[in-house]
Amino acid sequence: MTILTVENLVKHFTVTKGFPRPVTTTVRAVDGVSFSVGEGEAFGIVGESGCGKSTVARAFLRLVEPDDGTINYRGEDVRAARGATLTMLRRRMQIVFQDPYSSLNPRRTVGQAIIEPMRVHGIATGRAARDKAAALMEEVGLPAAALDRYPHEFSGGQRQRIGIARALAVEPELIVADEPVSALDVSVQAQVLLLLKNLQRRRNLAFVFVSHDLGVVRWFCDRVAVMYLGRIVEEGPVAPVLAEPLHPYARVLRDASPVPDPSLRGALPRIAGEIPSAANPPSGCHFHPRCPVAQPECSVSYPEWRDRGARGAACVLV
Amino acid sequence: MSATATPAPVPAPAAAPQVSPLRRAVQRFLSNPTTGIGIVLCALVVIGAVFAPYLSPHDPIDQNIIDRLAPPGGDFPLGTDAYGRDVLSRILWGARVSLIVSLSAIAAAIMIGGTIGMISGYIGGRFDLITMQVMDVLLSFPSLILGLIVVALLGPDLVNLVVAIALTAIAPFARIARAPVLALKERAFVEAGRALGFSHIRVLFVHILPNILSEVLVMGSLWMATAVRTEASLSFIGLGVKPPTPTWGGMMRDGFENILDAPWLSIWPGLAILVLVLGLNMIGDGLRDATDPKLRGE
Repeated sequence: MTILTVENLVKHFTVTKGFPRPVTTTVRAVDGVSFSVGEGEAFGIVGESGCGKSTVARAFLRLVEPDDGTINYRGEDVRAARGATLTMLRRRMQIVFQDPYSSLNPRRTVGQAIIEPMRVHGIATGRAARDKAAALMEEVGLPAAALDRYPHEFSGGQRQRIGIARALAVEPELIVADEPVSALDVSVQAQVLLLLKNLQRRRNLAFVFVSHDLGVVRWFCDRVAVMYLGRIVEEGPVAPVLAEPLHPYARVLRDASPVPDPSLRGALPRIAGEIPSAANPPSGCHFHPRCPVAQPECSVSYPEWRDRGARGAACVLV
Repeated sequence: MSATATPAPVPAPAAAPQVSPLRRAVQRFLSNPTTGIGIVLCALVVIGAVFAPYLSPHDPIDQNIIDRLAPPGGDFPLGTDAYGRDVLSRILWGARVSLIVSLSAIAAAIMIGGTIGMISGYIGGRFDLITMQVMDVLLSFPSLILGLIVVALLGPDLVNLVVAIALTAIAPFARIARAPVLALKERAFVEAGRALGFSHIRVLFVHILPNILSEVLVMGSLWMATAVRTEASLSFIGLGVKPPTPTWGGMMRDGFENILDAPWLSIWPGLAILVLVLGLNMIGDGLRDATDPKLRGE
């Protein structure tokens, strides 16, 4: 069953710079993104830096206000939510951040960080809240005795576990994981990923997993969307999309991702050029200046979305 | 990667003696020699002010024409002024004025200025711009001039003196509180708070405030030293608490009339100001070191 539906999500940032004649530029960070997430499903969003994948996550959580589109969470209009409805939605959808060093308040103990959301949402107080916090700590693989410690006494991986425990404190159904392991050492990445996977199974959590690491997404996610310059260019079940991409950009992204096989060294085609600025995207298909198979019409109009079974892509060649 | 394996428990940080962070901060604060000197200096002044009625050998406003301009020693440990009043007693009583005025002025300035700065930085945008320009206007007055205007308009008494000095310190505290808020509000834990459904008030006063408190308190003790000086300066030019109430600034001014015959009349209150200002500055430094979480209980 679908719990989250995002349709045509738009977030533009305007930057006004210059004196005496200020120039306003519009950065189309997210430019019409649609997807849905089912109960207990792990949905991945992949793409290069600056493609708008984190902004998508923040916009449907309303951490930044989207400019257009509809966001529906179990029949509730997220964009129109105010007061008690918004508070309820905040409980249902949580976020785990990329940087475990800035995501915890240095002046609050781990216990305070985990118990406070319970109090705010009226889940538990006093002794009961502390017991719940201790249970959460055990669940994320940390000793309950660590509740009285401060974040600076922990390593990056441990802090990320604390951030996960804090998100779990409000008993969410969906967790946005915004590059949850990319700031961690590789050895710790696997532990944290395993933890998230276990939580997904045990609590039937849905995930929106934002990452640039295809290997991580391939292992963690059920479905994946590939983003380029504020738009989804391909979407579908993770295995076929990342193995045999339909969209040329998805193919290039796959080929750029390292393959753990030394015999393939150097045999990879390289992507040409830089990602263009979202403030001034190319005409037509955003990818056509870098596309190895670009057609004449690609520079004229943005290609329509084409469904191919369970997957789909925005490319004229599909 | 096996998905079925349970995560191995991560070892806890090495067990340290269970000491509360506050106690560790206090220990840090007290073990710093500079702080120690600062505390002793300030304690001298505070004890003098609190116990002035018991410590002072004479009535501070009792005139005694026969013993006027008596040099230090004997019945008058620090000498007497041109009206024959005991200087030691006047300094002890004057400490009360200095402490009350500077403490309440800075407390008011921290609360008003700090709140303005935090809200301004948190809201940002045009509101922040306008608020900070108003603060810049306030800052552009030299603090003494601003105090002078207020006291001249409202008349010299204790409350107006507090208002005047508080006004001069609001703008600096607004700036001191605003700058770290600008940086802190971009941190992920503020975003996490919003994602967890915390109100802006909670985010600002429960999460951001403790992170800027040490900076504000350090500046508070340093500005209290400035407030002591401003109060003394206003008294010196005759805009302080009205005579015959003893104030250190007022005593210095009175002493100036006899500076060649009885230099101690200006030196003693000057030394008192020095002791208090130096002590406050040292405590400020110690506070800054003690409240830095990275230095805590290593």
